[in-house]
Amino acid sequence: MSQQLKSKYDVIVIGAGPGGLAAASAAKENGADDVLMIDRDLELGGILLQCIHNGFGVEIFKEDLPGPSYAQHYIDKAREVGVDWLLDTMVLDVTRDRKIYATGTDHGFVELEADAVVMAMGCRERTRAQIKIPGPRPSGVYTAGTAQRWVNVEGYIPGKNFVILGSGDIGMIMARRVTFEGAHVARVLEVMPYLTGLSRNYVQCLLDFDIPLQLRHTVKRIIGNDRIEAVEAAQVDENWNYIPGSEEIIPCDTLLLSVGLIPENELSQKAGVALDLVTGGPFVDDGFQTNVPGIFAAGNVVHVYDLVDWVTTAGLTAGKRAAQFAQGYCNENPQYVPTAAGENVRYVVPQKIDPETLTEEQIMLQMRVTQPMEHAVSIEIHDGKNLIAKKRARYARPGEMASITLKGRDYDAVRQAEKLEVRIVPK
Amino acid sequence: MPVTEKMICITCPMGCTLEVTHEGETLLNVEGNTCPRGEKYVKEELTDPRRMVATTVKVKGGLHPLVPVYTQAPVPKPRIFELLAKIRQAEIEAPVEINQVVLEDPLGEGVNVIASRDLPEV
Ligand SMILES: Cc1cc2nc3c(=O)[nH]c(=O)nc-3n(C[C@H](O)[C@H](O)[C@H](O)COP(=O)(O)OP(=O)(O)OC[C@H]3O[C@@H](n4cnc5c(N)ncnc54)[C@H](O)[C@@H]3O)c2cc1C
Ligand code: SF4
Repeated sequence: MSQQLKSKYDVIVIGAGPGGLAAASAAKENGADDVLMIDRDLELGGILLQCIHNGFGVEIFKEDLPGPSYAQHYIDKAREVGVDWLLDTMVLDVTRDRKIYATGTDHGFVELEADAVVMAMGCRERTRAQIKIPGPRPSGVYTAGTAQRWVNVEGYIPGKNFVILGSGDIGMIMARRVTFEGAHVARVLEVMPYLTGLSRNYVQCLLDFDIPLQLRHTVKRIIGNDRIEAVEAAQVDENWNYIPGSEEIIPCDTLLLSVGLIPENELSQKAGVALDLVTGGPFVDDGFQTNVPGIFAAGNVVHVYDLVDWVTTAGLTAGKRAAQFAQGYCNENPQYVPTAAGENVRYVVPQKIDPETLTEEQIMLQMRVTQPMEHAVSIEIHDGKNLIAKKRARYARPGEMASITLKGRDYDAVRQAEKLEVRIVPK
Repeated sequence: MPVTEKMICITCPMGCTLEVTHEGETLLNVEGNTCPRGEKYVKEELTDPRRMVATTVKVKGGLHPLVPVYTQAPVPKPRIFELLAKIRQAEIEAPVEINQVVLEDPLGEGVNVIASRDLPEV
């Protein structure tokens, strides 16, 4: 909706999924006059447009909405507050001093400038190349998200007899989806000893339709020349070695890979943004500002979220802080305190916080555990010597993000801390 | 003949594994539920299991050839494929508006099938 493109904006948001939509609306509502979203797709909404199943919005709307309905709420909001957008436009480059180079159908190649930038490019799927499945390279091997777009948006079904590798939510949801469209799902294989998606998806997508799941199993080899004809599946031991004699040939005409997501940060790196090797996303502070002043990040570019509701919440914070930066109000010299992953914790986001934020608002630390803990746990923040905050949870699992919130009353303790180490320990 | 089987409660993300003993639709015993909602879930699963259904409907003249739709409320699990067959036969015209009724009560259960997004005409 940006016919008269300006050359300079207060805030430019790259990506118009739930992270970008929330950031753009929040920037506008927090005083930024000119806010532009740029997306390479033809429509606003990001990946949610292809996630047609219910399960979105339970935290924010207390309603179980399909992905497109959830997106529409924030598309309407962006329109209402007067955000501009540029679609069918690919951002090619972003510089440290916040120049943006993009190319698209309406305006061709453009150079834009912004006082603050929010990176909201989402994530992409891991492919066959990243998990190194041996064998020939026939057609019929796709990532689950690509197949999701074909089936739900474009109206193609890529096969009749599927094997799905990975028990993540996208894989299980696609197993049900292709079953609804008359296809057969021969097997879901998961290399880990536990389900990586939600148990509700296991029940409603696999058990309901008698789709067999095998844990500790993977694809050892792909069989077929022009089109995939079968996979050779095998069981693995604790060291991920194939167990001899466990091999099984499973005939199929399509193999879907649901083997994880990677934050999309090529543009961030071009702008000099430093990445955390564990999350795959930028190091951010509590306002989602990266190490490059004025460049913020929101949503799945920061780390892979499990619930879209948290993507929206993060986007609102990033957009608000980007607007404040653009208008010149922000703490010029923050005395950051780093966070750190302690016992049983794989990573913590944000990686550093400005204690002064606690004088105005709460800060939620989000983390993932290293392995499933199926008993009551205590999520604790230590400064090295003392316990600063703790919270109880009934369990902790790698597939579900855990969190703990710092409040105004923690201000003194946080200001004096050298670090904030998060541990998740049995209760 | 009472039978004992495992079920997973999906009322909350905890997903407790329940050990359920029942005779047909009559529940005799539940173990493994962390809270009372587990028992309620099992009773519903034994007597009238229901699910939300989300799929797509063909559209003429729209930005995409399909529009996503879903049931306004859960429908009986044994009737899911009957519902899908009815939805597959439908074809609507663009433009489509979010929450527009695409099929009115196709199963006679008082549950409409509605669109989950706007789809502009092209
Ligand atoms: C295939 C797939 C399926 C998923 N399914 C589910 C699910 O079923 N349930 C669930 O809770 N979560 C699901 N997720 C997670 C989901 O991505 C997040 O919940 C949420 O959509 C993330 O929002 P986002 O705004 O960070 O990213 P996205 O929604 O991915 O939006 C990023 C946007 O940035 C745009 N973009 C990227 N690079 C550029 C560029 N260089 N120039 C211009 N535009 C660019 C993209 O076109 C896209 O519109 C899925 C993720 C994927 C990848
Ligand atoms: S029994 Fe209670 S705690 Fe367990 S999954 Fe069901 S609702 Fe959740």
